[in-house]
Amino acid sequence: MTEKKDAKFNQMNDELAGAKIDEATEQYLTFYMGGEEFGVNILSVQEIRGWEEITSIPNSPKQVLGVMNLRGTVSPIVDLRYCFGIQDLSYTDETVVIIVSVQTEANIKVIGIVVDAVSDVYNFSQSQIQPSPELSQTNQAQYVKGLGSTDEKMVILLELSEQLIADTDVISNRQLLAS
Amino acid sequence: MSVDLSQFHQVFFEESYEGLDTMESALLNIDLSELDSEAINEIFRAAHSIKGGSGTFGFNEIADFTHVVETLLDLIRSDQFVLEADHVDLFLKSVDCIRTMISALESGGQCDTSVADELKKSFNLLLDGEPASELPSGGAIENKNEEKSAAGGWQIYFKPDADILRTGNDPVRMFRELAELGEISVSAVLDEVPALANLDPEACFMAWNITLIGDADKSQINEVFEWVVDDSELSIKPIGNNDTASELVGVDAEDVASVDSDEVEGENTPETEVEEVLLQKEQTQNTLVKTPVKKESKPESVSIRVGTDKIDSLINMVGELVITQSMLNELGKDFSIERMPKLMEGLEQLSLHTRELQESVMRIRMLPISFAFSRFPRLVHDMSKTLDKKVELILLGEQTELDKTVMERIGDPLVHLVRNSLDHGVELPAKRLEAGKDETGKITLNAYHQGGNIVIQIIDDGAGLNEERILSKAIENGLVSPNDHLEPEQIHDLIFQPGFSTAAEVTDISGRGVGMDVVRRNIQELNGSVEVESKSGEGSVFSIRLPLTLAILDGQLIRVGQQVYIFPLVSIVESIETQDQMIHRVSGGCDILRLRNEYVPIIRLWDIFNVEAEFEKVDDGILVIVEGDNIKVAVLVDDLLAQQQVVIKSLQENYRAVSGVSGATILGDGTVSLILDISGLIKLAGVGRDAYKKISESDDIEAA
Repeated sequence: MTEKKDAKFNQMNDELAGAKIDEATEQYLTFYMGGEEFGVNILSVQEIRGWEEITSIPNSPKQVLGVMNLRGTVSPIVDLRYCFGIQDLSYTDETVVIIVSVQTEANIKVIGIVVDAVSDVYNFSQSQIQPSPELSQTNQAQYVKGLGSTDEKMVILLELSEQLIADTDVISNRQLLAS
Repeated sequence: MSVDLSQFHQVFFEESYEGLDTMESALLNIDLSELDSEAINEIFRAAHSIKGGSGTFGFNEIADFTHVVETLLDLIRSDQFVLEADHVDLFLKSVDCIRTMISALESGGQCDTSVADELKKSFNLLLDGEPASELPSGGAIENKNEEKSAAGGWQIYFKPDADILRTGNDPVRMFRELAELGEISVSAVLDEVPALANLDPEACFMAWNITLIGDADKSQINEVFEWVVDDSELSIKPIGNNDTASELVGVDAEDVASVDSDEVEGENTPETEVEEVLLQKEQTQNTLVKTPVKKESKPESVSIRVGTDKIDSLINMVGELVITQSMLNELGKDFSIERMPKLMEGLEQLSLHTRELQESVMRIRMLPISFAFSRFPRLVHDMSKTLDKKVELILLGEQTELDKTVMERIGDPLVHLVRNSLDHGVELPAKRLEAGKDETGKITLNAYHQGGNIVIQIIDDGAGLNEERILSKAIENGLVSPNDHLEPEQIHDLIFQPGFSTAAEVTDISGRGVGMDVVRRNIQELNGSVEVESKSGEGSVFSIRLPLTLAILDGQLIRVGQQVYIFPLVSIVESIETQDQMIHRVSGGCDILRLRNEYVPIIRLWDIFNVEAEFEKVDDGILVIVEGDNIKVAVLVDDLLAQQQVVIKSLQENYRAVSGVSGATILGDGTVSLILDISGLIKLAGVGRDAYKKISESDDIEAA
């Protein structure tokens, strides 16, 4: 990992630590996958790491790449790009792993998601978040919480669930684009 | 400041259980003909602490009942009352009763006092009809009924002293506690708040009206305000009926509009704290949502008592470690190649100290097995009475140490085995005399260390296993065919098969057909094994073999392609390089290895794990013969790497269970490696008992 990149991550991690809680607006960390910009609630993000080699799990669902040592705990790494049917799955020095905590029925699981690149942190108020009605009809829309719009662009806001590590089918790219 | 007493509840429960155990074992040891005053004192002291503790925490049901028990004990202690055998039984029953009540409280329920009330009557009779009014119970219960609000709500007015914040008390915290009792709405009374210019930011000028909806006791509410009640104006009134309740809510809405307690609090505190308060509020909501889920599962015991000697040795070790570390630091400052030997020496010391430290830390989790054995005197005492048998229980190796987690989970299987020995093993006195044995049977519990394992034996001198009956039952159940010739050991092993019970009739104690297989499964879950030896007419010996700890395991690292996996060393029988002629192909695609006189199915790890391997053929790789579930299999791997101790990490915590894998660990280079689960592998490969049958059949064919 280059030093420049380290510095960037450090800055990002600092921003995460300083994330302010405001009832009116919610902060989202956004990232790129296949050219689209996605966002997750910043409170669920633990840290951002560079891509490194991981240990694969036998007979795991395809989106689960393996497990990684996260300072003593063993966390699964999920390729979110695969979950959204993105074709180009390259793993380079630029590839980023976002460590998120996901509430499940039994406990809170710490899972790493692989994305193309980290983008920015945005504030969205409730009025700026629209539900996506077409998507909510299909069960593949399980991760999509809504669409957040800023002045210039649209961000797909995600609510990650236990389904990340379940044996699920891929959400086809076409379905997503059709929305 | 309001202290949440409930945080100490767990400690109280644990101490009470310990006290009850003390009472129980002392009661069982009482020799009526020669009463030992020290024993009575011991029982008295234990009862007294339980009474004191339960009183402090407001568990009045227990305090009341224990008080009666204590009164009688006190009379016995001062020789005013003669203890008889019946009384010992009564005391034992009381111990059970208290235990039931405490465990009910522990799991968050209400305790059932019906048993206690009955026992209390018997005690009062013994106490020579001393009037019940002497005991606080009657009054207390009545009082409580009065204080319990059926209408389901309370109206609380709380006006704290202006200095409340200075003394470190925080009303928000109290409200949060109230919120745990039920649904609350809080409205602030701002009449006395001065203009901003005159406002003393550290003083509190507010008062609050709180409506609490829920079936909380008045005592619970009082508890919340316990620490501030002296300096505050506090009134707690039940909500008479629904009308008043809704009226009050109405007042809330009108008068206070958007002011909620947290925001008001914010006005009085510096700006930065607002966030904190809001954060707290969010956390409160979170905990509120979670509480009902938490309550369902009984909390596993969370604390452990450790001898000071263990702590001292730990501190010593850490001291040594710090010295070594500073030495290495010094060495690193100006390092030259001449000082290499010194560095090696330092590193060696470091590894030595680390290992010692690891061992001492593990020792903290070790408890003598007497914790698990202690319940048996009572069990045998009660059961032999029910069964009209005479049994003497002998405990050996009680000081043998075992990991706390293993100890907790071995309890039930042990109970089952001891019950089994009592019920099926030891014969009735008449039968024993007939067989020329002593009238009193013997059951011995023995524990000792062997290698890295602990062995627990349950030995009885009873009739032994009835091989004929086991065999006929097995044939009846279709477990074996009538033509099979089985060795005695194989017949004995049949009792561990599911759904197997030879009891002529179902008794309370055993014979329901769920038994030994569950015992074996539980023990296997702990990476242990159980075996039985039996001699007709002389008795049987059940031997349980368990690893000392579940946290660390001796592992053999193996490689398949790029992946490194770990076999538990205990499961490995041997590792061999093979030649082609030793391998037989059976129809159905299962290869078997002829290993001396055995036939062992071959599992190709790359195949069942879907990974790329260097060697896909059996000839090139190495076969590791492992045993799990009493089945031997040969696992094909590319290479054997180092042997090392590994710390077991859970995969389920953040992921889920993976078949063929029992857990993960982190290797020296920081990467994760998976620990293989032999019985899981066998299932994954589809090599079960069926395959074994196939193998033995094919053997016949080949031979022909």
